[in-house]
Amino acid sequence: MAKSKGNPFPRVFVNVTLAIVCLLWLIPTLGLFVSSFRPRDEIMSSGWWTILPHRVWVTTEQIKPDPSVDRNGVMTFEGATGTFEQFRQGVESPDGKRVVWIGNKRAGTVQVQEQQWSGLPATTLQNYHDVLAGKNVTIAGNAEEAARKGEDMSDAFINSMAVTFPAVVIPILMAAFAAYGFAWMRFPGRKLVFALMVALLVVPLQIALVPVLSDYVHLRLNGTYMSVWLAHTGFGLPLAVFLLYNYISTLPREIMEAAIVDGASHFKIFWRLVLPLSTPALASFAIFQFLWVWNDYLVALIFIGNVPGVQVLTMRLADMVGSRGSDWHLLTAGGFVSMALPLIVFFSLQRYFVRGLTAGSVK
Amino acid sequence: MTLLNPDADEHSAELARARRRRNRAIFTLLSGIVAALVLFEGFFVLRDSQAPKLVTALFAMIWGGGGMAILYLIANQLVEFTPSQWQRRLTPVVFVLPAIAFVVYFLALPAARTFIASLFDRNGTNFVGLANYITVFTEPFMLTTFRNNVLWIVFGATFTIAFGLLVAALADRSKFENLAKAIIFMPMAISLVGAGVIWRFIYAVRDPSDVQIGLLNAIVVALGGEPQAWIAMLQPWNNLFLIVIVVWMQTGYAMVLFSAAIKSVPTDIIEAARVDGAGEFKIFFSIIIPSIMGTIVTVSATVIIFTLKIFDVVLVMTGGQYGTDVIATQFYNQYFVNRNFGLGSAIAIVLLLTVIPVMVYNLRQFNKRETL
Repeated sequence: MAKSKGNPFPRVFVNVTLAIVCLLWLIPTLGLFVSSFRPRDEIMSSGWWTILPHRVWVTTEQIKPDPSVDRNGVMTFEGATGTFEQFRQGVESPDGKRVVWIGNKRAGTVQVQEQQWSGLPATTLQNYHDVLAGKNVTIAGNAEEAARKGEDMSDAFINSMAVTFPAVVIPILMAAFAAYGFAWMRFPGRKLVFALMVALLVVPLQIALVPVLSDYVHLRLNGTYMSVWLAHTGFGLPLAVFLLYNYISTLPREIMEAAIVDGASHFKIFWRLVLPLSTPALASFAIFQFLWVWNDYLVALIFIGNVPGVQVLTMRLADMVGSRGSDWHLLTAGGFVSMALPLIVFFSLQRYFVRGLTAGSVK
Repeated sequence: MTLLNPDADEHSAELARARRRRNRAIFTLLSGIVAALVLFEGFFVLRDSQAPKLVTALFAMIWGGGGMAILYLIANQLVEFTPSQWQRRLTPVVFVLPAIAFVVYFLALPAARTFIASLFDRNGTNFVGLANYITVFTEPFMLTTFRNNVLWIVFGATFTIAFGLLVAALADRSKFENLAKAIIFMPMAISLVGAGVIWRFIYAVRDPSDVQIGLLNAIVVALGGEPQAWIAMLQPWNNLFLIVIVVWMQTGYAMVLFSAAIKSVPTDIIEAARVDGAGEFKIFFSIIIPSIMGTIVTVSATVIIFTLKIFDVVLVMTGGQYGTDVIATQFYNQYFVNRNFGLGSAIAIVLLLTVIPVMVYNLRQFNKRETL
């Protein structure tokens, strides 16, 4: 790529602007990340950015004001002068100290404070422990005391996996078969059926929730893992078929023809040749579907509903936002627990993800 | 004997082969039936299982993935036993039909069923014609909902495209391209619910006399302002604060596509313009932008569809209160909270109608490419 030569201004301008945008993008996540390691009380009493070294007022001296001092007039302590109301707010003396009146007018004390650098911030893993293991809640009853294990996220983590993996594997297999069929077999209505499949790509899945839910209720399927991954299979198939068709239809014709001449059946060609050759496309769809299902909230919310013990991470997290919106310390750690796996998958397989994105839409 | 009647020998060999073939076919059929039964039984086991979670989860994975593979395998073997002209006809069916069946059951058929439900009243018992649609297009709360969706589309798409272009163009000229892209890209891996949690720490509001723990209010207070309840007050501008969250998440997507497109703009054109004395901004607006217009249209369409269907962020952040309802949350609230089945279905149909132009566009693009 040709870069502008000999002109340092654009380079600096580019990097500085880029750095600012990146910082803006990073700050929200960074805030949550930092908060997740802060003790509960600190999360509630100060912003997460206070972990950065900054100057705080530290009390160095306590003075008991002489009873004879007129508290309704102007007073002077440690070189700072002001009325009682002013001292209640804190008055700064010329040498940089701050004098604050603590307590009431008659019996209160005066604190002399100096600015010092804040020490190391307090950190803890308690939030993660509480979220993963479930906090022990003791309920005091009349006669007995019941110790109940609070809701925990490690269960939800397993649920998410049980929902996600089949929801990734099944549509990939089905879509690969179908994509091969559309690309390399001749049958009547092939083009029309495929076009309809492409058209269904953008259908909002809200349309499907209600009828499918009523069938699920008849089959007593709602509230099971299967209900969710069957639905995700259906919703994910159009994109899967489309992406895989784009790839499989561009495989070299000579290879296919050679295999057919050798007497291989379609099934054999598909299994031995096409599937291994399509690994990149399979991988990119797998990542898409994984991120989509793992992060999905709506489908799980409708089909699992309030059945306990099956709830996935997003539902648990959304519950925590709603029902205990004040338990910020649990939210922070919970948020990161729910993000851990997708972030790992995402960054280790980013290459395939990007390839899938560009193959899916550009051109 | 063999010397005397070679035909008979060949005949009996033929017979033996046919018998073997039939036996194999029967065996395959039987194993198919057994496999189907096992899978069918597995369905009930999974549905009613009280086993430990991990066991159920593992079983679900094996049942789902493995079962599907076995069904395909057996169906294919069965087809291979049929006469060759049938085989030619049936093989595509085995390959394509399962996917079609799923898509029909989970997307096409429900669209029709939801449409029928939308013509009935709130319990689905009395036919009311288009009354639900009249409600959808006249009630003030629905009009607010539509207004919000328009805000989402206009601001969401504009900002996503603008930031995506900006980052793609800048990153292309920077040494830190990969790092910058990874940072902008990262939010795409996060769930919208998780993003909601993250942004709570930005928008949090406390009583003016308390210390602000939300970043935005801390900045406002430090600058001498009053803390604001960003997502509750200031209607309808509180919607913008929700839109920011989605822009934050979607910019990575736009950036990746733009970046690929910018890299494919021929370098010699840009070099020629540079030699002619065109500035960087001029090059960007008169060469790069026109040559990646196709990608800009695609990305806009994708982002618009995404914002039309937006649900999780709004539900988690406000639940649709404070005038922030969008079509998808309104659908949820009407159907599952108010239990007005007719109205909920009508809203879902309206949502479907709004994406039809994009559907048509997709089909046209696809046809164009296929005829080439």
